[in-house]
Amino acid sequence: MLNRRDTLGHAAKVAGLMATAGLWPHLAHAAFEAKAFEAKTMTELMAALSGGAPAQSGDITITGPDIAENGAVVPLGASTALPGVKRMLLLVEKNPSVLAAMFDVTPAVEANFSTRVKMGQSSNVYAVAMMNDGKVLFAQKEVKVTLGGCGG
Amino acid sequence: MADPMRIRAQSAGDKTTVRVLMSHEMETGLRKDAAGKSIPAWYIQEVSAALNGAKVMTAQWGPAVSKNPFMQFFVKGAKVGDKISVSWKDNRGETRTDEATVS
Amino acid sequence: MTPKAFTLAAATAASFALLGSAPLWAQDKTTADGIAEYRKMLEDGNPADLFDAKGEELWKKARGPKNASLEKCDLGKGPGVVKGAFVEMPRYFADTRQVQDLESRLVTCMSTLQGLDAAEISKTPFGRGEMANVTALATYVSAQSKGMAFNLPQSHPEEKRFYAIGKKAFFFRGGTHDFSCAACHSVDNTRIRLQDLPNLTKNPGDGVGFAAWPAYRVSNGQMWSMQLRLNDCYRQQRFPYPGFASEITIALGSYMGVNAQGAKSAVPTIKR
Repeated sequence: MLNRRDTLGHAAKVAGLMATAGLWPHLAHAAFEAKAFEAKTMTELMAALSGGAPAQSGDITITGPDIAENGAVVPLGASTALPGVKRMLLLVEKNPSVLAAMFDVTPAVEANFSTRVKMGQSSNVYAVAMMNDGKVLFAQKEVKVTLGGCGG
Repeated sequence: MADPMRIRAQSAGDKTTVRVLMSHEMETGLRKDAAGKSIPAWYIQEVSAALNGAKVMTAQWGPAVSKNPFMQFFVKGAKVGDKISVSWKDNRGETRTDEATVS
Repeated sequence: MTPKAFTLAAATAASFALLGSAPLWAQDKTTADGIAEYRKMLEDGNPADLFDAKGEELWKKARGPKNASLEKCDLGKGPGVVKGAFVEMPRYFADTRQVQDLESRLVTCMSTLQGLDAAEISKTPFGRGEMANVTALATYVSAQSKGMAFNLPQSHPEEKRFYAIGKKAFFFRGGTHDFSCAACHSVDNTRIRLQDLPNLTKNPGDGVGFAAWPAYRVSNGQMWSMQLRLNDCYRQQRFPYPGFASEITIALGSYMGVNAQGAKSAVPTIKR
């Protein structure tokens, strides 16, 4: 198994190089952006992430079920084939905090991420792409939840 | 120390599908126990993946990610036999790294 | 990691054949389809795999006062034979002179091979301490029979007796609400909210009922073994809790398991 120190050491070197090259500036600070995860709306979230006004786009795909049997585990995916993506985000509109997860896109990975989220109630969910040029694009869908997933 | 992750990395051409299952409570901090006391938040905040030691993916998660989280992403340019490692760090500062071989 | 070959799609398809056949379901078809799609999305990456992995580790690890592993445990097919054992339980064991299900047999082995205290384990609540280990072990052992057909032996008089007791218990009405297992599980094409209720008085099909537990329950993020499932059924019927691996739970397992003859196990599954 890879020694974590080696991985980090290596990664730090790579990140350092990349940061210098200005390619992946967001990797230079691996800190958790707590403010983003406290945002209650898309607007607040974009303010916390220094993002522009979001625009709906057919080039962004949000995958997920139409109805979730249980809100504790709702599979969601965010993807786009567009080039120049900096980050892909998954949002759940009616959750206490709107941002569920945020994935950084590097040249080594596709802008295509899936995970599972908790939804407290039926709600719109969003896949948001924050582009390198500052644009923010999103797709949305409604997911109905039949049972609360936050401890009920 | 947390239980091991299950990592599967399957390559098809230039694209390697990586699927990870992690063992973690992902407690939101919004729940109360039977006595009415708040259960403290405990969740993975930072996730990263490396290919042969070079970081290829980073992510930040909030407590809304489900318990025993599942994640899927696609790595470019990996070959059979390459090593994919996945790491996470939670809000308590606990960490875990596991590795798998691309098949 | 070896990919698990069994397609839960087959089980899902089977349960949907059940839903789709009766005209009662015509108006609910889109909801049913939606739920089927949701379940399919969760097939890959079942957190039960984490418990399977833990169970395998526990099976092979030297533990307890006797510092021994469980690799010589006889689950009915000979010492150490894990594959195929799950789909033949509950069954009679000559060494304990009892009909035992998977979990009670695991506790027997943990006690005789490893020197752990069987009574203590049986008293431990589900999800805690050694009982959590029993659940993980049960997940591992049952996963090794995934895709295999149930084929419980009924040759020993005790096996037949337990089947008969199980059948009687299944239909026994009691508790404050006069419930029985049969109240929910003896009719085709019924459900509670969006949960299909398999008819357990006969073979309900592949991957359903007895062929679906242990299961990972997403609603509470817990791994549920058959013993916990039965315990919780009794709780919902407002009966007193049966003791872990009490005779009635083994008997019910015998009844359901024998009825499921030929049904393919989908264990470990993922459930609401």
